[in-house]
Amino acid sequence: MSRNLLEFKGVSKNYSGNQVLNDVSFDIRPGEIHALIGENGAGKSTLMNILFGMPVIHTTGGYEGEMELNGEKMEVTSPFDAMALGIGMVHQEFMLIPGFTIAENIKLNREIEKDNTVNKITSTLFGKRMKTLDFKQMNKDARIALDKLDMSIEEFTLVKGLPIGYMQFVEIAREIDKTGLKLLVLDEPTAVLTESEAESLLKAMRSISKRGIAIIFISHRLNEIIAAADRVTILRDGELVITKDVKDTNTLEIAEYMVGRKVSIERTSQQRELSDEIKLTVKGLRVAMPNERVKGVSFEVRKGEIFGIGGLAGQGKLGIANGIMGMYEAKGEVTMGDVALPLNDTRKMLDSGLSFVSEDRKEVGLLVEKAIDYNIMFTAMNIKSEFLNAFKMTDKKKIRKHARKMIEMLDIRCTSEKQHTGRLSGGNQQKVCVARALTQKPTILFVSEPTRGIDIGAKKLILDLLLELSRDQGMTIIMTSSELAELCSICDRIAIICEGEVAGILPPDASPTKFGLLMSGIKDLEGGQA
Amino acid sequence: MSLLDLLKKIPFSTRVVGGLYLAVLVLGVVNGFSIATLISASLHFFGVWAIFALANVPSIQSGTGPNFALPIGIVNGLLAMVLVLAAGFTGIVFIIVASVAAIVFGSLSGYLYGRLMNAVKGSEMAIAPYTGFAITAAFGLVWLAIPINHPNMVFFLGDGLRHQIPLDYFGANLILANFLYFELFGMQVRTGELLVVFVACLLMYLFFRTKAGIAISAVGRNPLFAKATGINVDRSRVIANMMSTAIAAFGVVVYAQGFGFIQLYDFPMFMAFPAIAGIVVGGASKQRANVTNVVVGTFLFQGLIAIVLPVFSRALAGTDVAGVVNQIRMVVQNGIILYALAQMSKGGK
Repeated sequence: MSRNLLEFKGVSKNYSGNQVLNDVSFDIRPGEIHALIGENGAGKSTLMNILFGMPVIHTTGGYEGEMELNGEKMEVTSPFDAMALGIGMVHQEFMLIPGFTIAENIKLNREIEKDNTVNKITSTLFGKRMKTLDFKQMNKDARIALDKLDMSIEEFTLVKGLPIGYMQFVEIAREIDKTGLKLLVLDEPTAVLTESEAESLLKAMRSISKRGIAIIFISHRLNEIIAAADRVTILRDGELVITKDVKDTNTLEIAEYMVGRKVSIERTSQQRELSDEIKLTVKGLRVAMPNERVKGVSFEVRKGEIFGIGGLAGQGKLGIANGIMGMYEAKGEVTMGDVALPLNDTRKMLDSGLSFVSEDRKEVGLLVEKAIDYNIMFTAMNIKSEFLNAFKMTDKKKIRKHARKMIEMLDIRCTSEKQHTGRLSGGNQQKVCVARALTQKPTILFVSEPTRGIDIGAKKLILDLLLELSRDQGMTIIMTSSELAELCSICDRIAIICEGEVAGILPPDASPTKFGLLMSGIKDLEGGQA
Repeated sequence: MSLLDLLKKIPFSTRVVGGLYLAVLVLGVVNGFSIATLISASLHFFGVWAIFALANVPSIQSGTGPNFALPIGIVNGLLAMVLVLAAGFTGIVFIIVASVAAIVFGSLSGYLYGRLMNAVKGSEMAIAPYTGFAITAAFGLVWLAIPINHPNMVFFLGDGLRHQIPLDYFGANLILANFLYFELFGMQVRTGELLVVFVACLLMYLFFRTKAGIAISAVGRNPLFAKATGINVDRSRVIANMMSTAIAAFGVVVYAQGFGFIQLYDFPMFMAFPAIAGIVVGGASKQRANVTNVVVGTFLFQGLIAIVLPVFSRALAGTDVAGVVNQIRMVVQNGIILYALAQMSKGGK
């Protein structure tokens, strides 16, 4: 009999050839708080999807390896199986009905019923559907669950209007109330909480684990992991790095394990000499981009520099370019040279020579039902009235000629310039987006996630192109990316964004530990440097 | 083989209604109608309805959806005609002045309507029809209260404009229809009317190759893309709805001369649906529409409505069910409208 509650044995998963999990093995002990940490795309979500038997796993060919619960092989083909086995999850998005009371939400779809007079007569007709809800018993159960979390709030309060922290507790109480719960998964539970709320959540987690329920705690906040977890497992690029006892490690070490030394892309150029001329100044920028909120960011970019913006998903790095380009409401000051640029006005920004390659190729970057040539000329046509003939109508010849030039220059693989962009591969779509930005002949280029979801060849081509644009044409480039390795490969400086603010700005050759700590919001590095 | 491939390229709704049209045409010929007579009737309906269908192109392309508030444009056109008649214009001068006034009035109302559509983004299709109904009802009061005393325009007894003002009295009946009118193998061709439709369609086609036109269609296809490329999304939608409303206002001038009457009061109420059905039959969806959709769809749909009545009257003459002919026409018309709206809601193919 193993003393482990749950064991992952050589779990692997690939999505149509893309290996997202590779031979991951570790175990969860009864009643422990086990932290799971890794960068975006490290495989945390995939692993949890496998644990819960989510349809996305089974419709894409299942997974390899096996899982054992209490030493027995576990078959999970749907979330219901997982629930029946005593595995519960609290999601990042709350699944609560605002108009119901806390108790009703806790007991949702597991209501306690009792007989009534009418039901006794109609039960032959309608079965138990006409039974009365036993609110007394439901409230009592809810009370017990809430008490286990040390939550004093009345169980008959409506969920509507509760602070977010409380909603999280209601979600957890719902899981605890299920009989036979053995393992609870908390996915970034503190991300939406204030500091004091997070504090009480950690306390609640400890009291749950004392009752013998194990917790898988997914978080990127290293301090919380050190404070609450018993053991920590680190994933990187779909592989298990290590599982350690928390008491034997520290934030520095975990940060280094998390980021690692990825050398997939070699840095081609050495540190460059740059002019001292400040091209772009951003002061106190705040952007209301959902899930990527920017809460006061300031930085300066020199002429011809490639300035990197990195950080974990949801921390606000994507909000910066989107905010400056007017895609989401923004406040603050942005100046180019010494000219102040108006925020919330995409047109003026484009007119001023700024250009933007969005992280969202399909929704923002392309007209997917239109041809390549049409997509490439679009911004220049709209902003500078290029590609128009004497009658102010589109000049098909000019458009075609320019598109062919760009297709050759960027090596866009297509049947012809008339192919719809929706039919191109991700890498080639990205090249079309870049081609459109270049057609506008910008002096400052924002590129967000330029290599997301594209193959290694296209990746290299795009990074080389950015380097070339900055070196040969003196273009100032601000590149936002989730891939630290890629930022390090071409950027002159890299700002790491955490919780909507600049955690720090590092040179590309700084140690992975420093990047990792900044990503987790730890600004004061041990050893004194910022 | 290649013919079959060609057929497959024709939108499904066009094939369905096209098939129906051919069936009724055959039934007509079997019952002794000449093809020329039937086609003439179809062309007549096409000529007066095409502009209304065309009015939906800019609004659909801008992402506002079909212009269910077509009655707004129509009442503006009616107002323009009534005022221009009261000012003493007749004949072709009346048509020209009324058209210009209609387009001006339509643009102004279209601006306000466009602002409204921006305010209710996401539920345009629910708000628009009732905006049309409300305006039609409000203008019912205007027709009653308007201080015009022209004896050929007001009720015989009491104040207020008539339900129908015959254009005969003003020398404007069929004035476009009769311009360069000719007959070919017994087919009546209303050259002037068709010419107006052709020019309007051509202008629309050319507009969507200009910067403003391209901006509007980008807004309709992908508002985020449009925003990111510096297009003012709301403004483009307003422009599109101004165009749509102005074209509808002009459309009713063509419609009135084609039938010989200016129809007031409840007339505009249900004009949007046949116009939209026409363009959808031609293959438009709630996000895509072009001039070809307008021409093909309106000809088939209005052409079918035009010939159903005479053909079935004769086919059923002398039988017990001869009295239901008009019901049959209503069933066909509303059935196709229903079908078109359903096609459109599922995205249309």
